Amino acid sequence: MEDIEKPFETKELTISMGPQHPATHGVLKLQLQLNGENVVKCTPYVGYLHRGIEKLGENRTYFAALPLTDRLDYISSMNNNIGYVNAVERLFGIDAPPRAKFIRTILAEMGRLSSHIIWLGTHVLDIGATTPFLLAMAAREEILDLFEMICGARLTVSYPRVGGIRNDITQEFLDKAYEFAMGFDSRMDDYETLVTENRIWKERTVDIGIISAEEAVNWGLTGGTLRGSGVDYDVRKYAPYDAYDKVEFDIPVGKKGDCYDRYLVRVGEMRQANRILKQCIENLPEGPVMADAPKFTLPPKDMVLKDMEHLIHQFILITKGPTVPEGEIYIGSEVPKGELGFYFVSDGTGKPYRMRVRSPSFIHASALTRLCEGGLIADVIANIGTIDIVLGECDR
Amino acid sequence: MEPIQIAEKIKEQFPEEVLDVREFRGQVSVTLRKGRIREICRYLHDDPELYFDYLVDLCGVDYLGKKDNRFEVVYHLFSIKHRHALRIKAEVPEEDARIDSVVPVWIGVNWHERECYDMFGIVFNGHPDPRRVLLPEDWEGYPLRKDYPVKGPEEEWKGFEEVLERSRKFRPFDWQG
Repeated sequence: MEDIEKPFETKELTISMGPQHPATHGVLKLQLQLNGENVVKCTPYVGYLHRGIEKLGENRTYFAALPLTDRLDYISSMNNNIGYVNAVERLFGIDAPPRAKFIRTILAEMGRLSSHIIWLGTHVLDIGATTPFLLAMAAREEILDLFEMICGARLTVSYPRVGGIRNDITQEFLDKAYEFAMGFDSRMDDYETLVTENRIWKERTVDIGIISAEEAVNWGLTGGTLRGSGVDYDVRKYAPYDAYDKVEFDIPVGKKGDCYDRYLVRVGEMRQANRILKQCIENLPEGPVMADAPKFTLPPKDMVLKDMEHLIHQFILITKGPTVPEGEIYIGSEVPKGELGFYFVSDGTGKPYRMRVRSPSFIHASALTRLCEGGLIADVIANIGTIDIVLGECDR
Repeated sequence: MEPIQIAEKIKEQFPEEVLDVREFRGQVSVTLRKGRIREICRYLHDDPELYFDYLVDLCGVDYLGKKDNRFEVVYHLFSIKHRHALRIKAEVPEEDARIDSVVPVWIGVNWHERECYDMFGIVFNGHPDPRRVLLPEDWEGYPLRKDYPVKGPEEEWKGFEEVLERSRKFRPFDWQG
């Protein structure tokens, strides 16, 4: 009895969450200073997956740096590739043909769906719902099968090329993709039935991690994380690339900027992505899939094997790289996580003098400080899930 | 506003500071002296006509042997309200590799500046948390400088032995025996 009457000794506790923690979605370490269950201070540590992609990119030709971008956000490598080739095309001053642009848009939206599906699955799994995770993974599997069909790879695709895409897609692929798109809305209904109005889900996410619109912009947040706060900034609308100016879609935005709003925004985005997917497949134009710019694009493989001129051409482009105009360019693209930007400084040679990757996850990880402080330790998990980070992209 | 008009406006406001204005593929970059960079950023952020509320990116570039001032710090700005973009660059010489931090203007730039320090060794005056971000604290050298080799020496990172030692210490069980 005497022991109980003694007053408790309380003190602030510092714990490390991660880098090996299943809910941190990779090798993210958060140093949390706790007062009971309240988070007093949250310091994120990143860099465990730093591979020096920027440095490597500066020592490769523009073509050879493409597979590096697969390793940025490895969940949606297709979107990274597309962002990269778009930036390089603008730097070269070439334009992909319409068919290639539409195919890229189809693939980008499929990549977006696959990434958002992972996000949805893991985010709800972290908070305690197992069923949507299993359902979501089944849908992702179908998208990966479709990727495998066009390029043989499921994750690190490296399918788009500077000036177009590697090879044309088949009718079989289109049929299967259309079938998938037609069935996807009902899948979304399934997920939403399980999650959206779920009482436990709402208790865990409503009014958690609120960030106002002004503050979110000042923090540099992008993608669904920003739109949850009610800012309709989307690179696909603000600076359209590929075929995004030829399709109709809406930008879902939130009101309050809490975890629940960000959830609704991303779920809405998945439906919009499916809408774009359908429109692109329906309106896919005929024509070539590589730009007619022999100085900047690789010649077709069958010609290289048959024709001496093309072989020489390919050899020079691969070893020396193209002759690029001097200058600098920044092109952003909307990847599932936010705005992925590539900044190139060209000095006229075939390799970029400086290749900079502006990755959304890096900024989102830094904003964890803002989102977690003052909340409960259980909400840290919800906040990590809601900003949708991938550490491969964060650390580069 | 057209980016070239914005550049003109900056020139009017800070005639001493603007060194160069260039356009390439429709994107305008304004090169500035580094001295009043925070003041200029504050102006770009607050002016109602410009209102660059979103700092897209901050990065360093190393022009070793190409320019008089070795480094450049590049800011990519965007205004979500007016939908215009601008790139401003500040020249930073090697012997005085310091520049004012713009964290008071855009808070999200915090980690970008830390990364710039990490990779180029450019010090940001008044930064609230001036540590390395991607590399370990005891890393030597600045990897994205042009005189830093792509492939390092064969020897391992010094801290690695320490980490191995610690892992041996925390492995008390001899599973074989």
